[in-house]
Amino acid sequence: MRQMASPFLALLKRDLLLAFRHRGELANPLLFFLIVVTLYPLGVSPEEALLRKIAPGVIWIAALLAALYSLENMFRSDFDDGSLEQMALSPYPLSLLVVAKVLAHWLVSGLPMLLLAPVLALFLSMPGPALAVLELTLLIGTPLLSLIGSIGVALTVGLRRGGILLTLLVLPLYIPVLIFATNAVSAAAAGMPVAGQLYFLAAMLVLALTLAPLATAAALRISLS
Amino acid sequence: MNGPEPTLQARGLECVRSDSLLFSDLNFSVRAGQVLQIEGPNGSGKTSLLRILAGLTPPNDGEVLWRGENIVRRRFAFLSEVAYLGHQLGLKAELSVEENLRLSLALSGLSFSPVRLSEALQTVGLMGREDTPARALSAGQRQRITLARLILSTATLWILDEPFTALDSSGVSLVEMLLEAHLNHGGLAVLTSHQTVRLYGGLIKLALA
Repeated sequence: MRQMASPFLALLKRDLLLAFRHRGELANPLLFFLIVVTLYPLGVSPEEALLRKIAPGVIWIAALLAALYSLENMFRSDFDDGSLEQMALSPYPLSLLVVAKVLAHWLVSGLPMLLLAPVLALFLSMPGPALAVLELTLLIGTPLLSLIGSIGVALTVGLRRGGILLTLLVLPLYIPVLIFATNAVSAAAAGMPVAGQLYFLAAMLVLALTLAPLATAAALRISLS
Repeated sequence: MNGPEPTLQARGLECVRSDSLLFSDLNFSVRAGQVLQIEGPNGSGKTSLLRILAGLTPPNDGEVLWRGENIVRRRFAFLSEVAYLGHQLGLKAELSVEENLRLSLALSGLSFSPVRLSEALQTVGLMGREDTPARALSAGQRQRITLARLILSTATLWILDEPFTALDSSGVSLVEMLLEAHLNHGGLAVLTSHQTVRLYGGLIKLALA
């Protein structure tokens, strides 16, 4: 197992280092998330009751679009400069390296949203219990978005203009995540139990964590050949 | 892990690219101490053949054997012994020479000491450039980083796609010297090149139509 960890950690470290050296690009999806949410009170209505009602949907839709926006960079530069070829030629399973890449992607795109969300939730006057559930759904949901997205990116990375296709491929798979997550937050705001929705999200995460790396690795091999 | 003699064999390989047949029923074998130079005009399938030999692209027909066994079935054993140098160098422009080398070797589970690193960089003529970002180097120097990768790797089989392209004449003789040393250590290599490769022995040629 020790031997398996070395390429995994090396790749994770490299991706974080690259992200750190490209801080500007990194901030884009996050800024997008921030702007979309803050525009709602200005564009729709500053009325507190209304904002509280739409807050879960607004934050989650913004998070979903920001995740979608950040996806394309996941394998693009590695594909263009031949690093992906070298990864495919590693004797270690490509799916393991994919997990490292997805984890790095989540750490730089999903995690900051998780940290930013409470501020935005307060901004939309979301009540305390709902805020806690919002954080939980984002904690389970954003890695799920990265994992599902990785399959779509891997399939379209060989195409020059894969952007639209990527959205069409990935969006239907994002819908269940959106429905369960917003439903859980709304239920929490109304004081109802949310365990069911959270369990369902968690089950989807486990499923994605098991299957998505294998599918992504297979898709990358197709894109490379 | 090391089975019989290190031999690379191609059996009945066929490759079709965008509806045209590049080659079919291709058979050859390369033994330890030999370099196979693949020649042919542009678009004759040299790179496709190298990618098939490295296992990056599956052939339309036929199989590739390493130490007598199919490379798809013995993936780990095969890939632990291969170094592939493609058209794209696999270097990150934002990372330093050392960071680039550390990562590409870590992908094969290998590591190296700073002493070995500076020796390898000295051999390829990049002494003292450990911390230079790859972006700040010229095309030829970047190619030399990949040569350092070959030196630091423990691969038995080298698959080199146009290893001379960006190199000056001293770089060309450096590659020839590295190949010579590699063969003397019981390695083997497959390469494509339009240049004449000057080696003392062990050079075999394959012409693709």
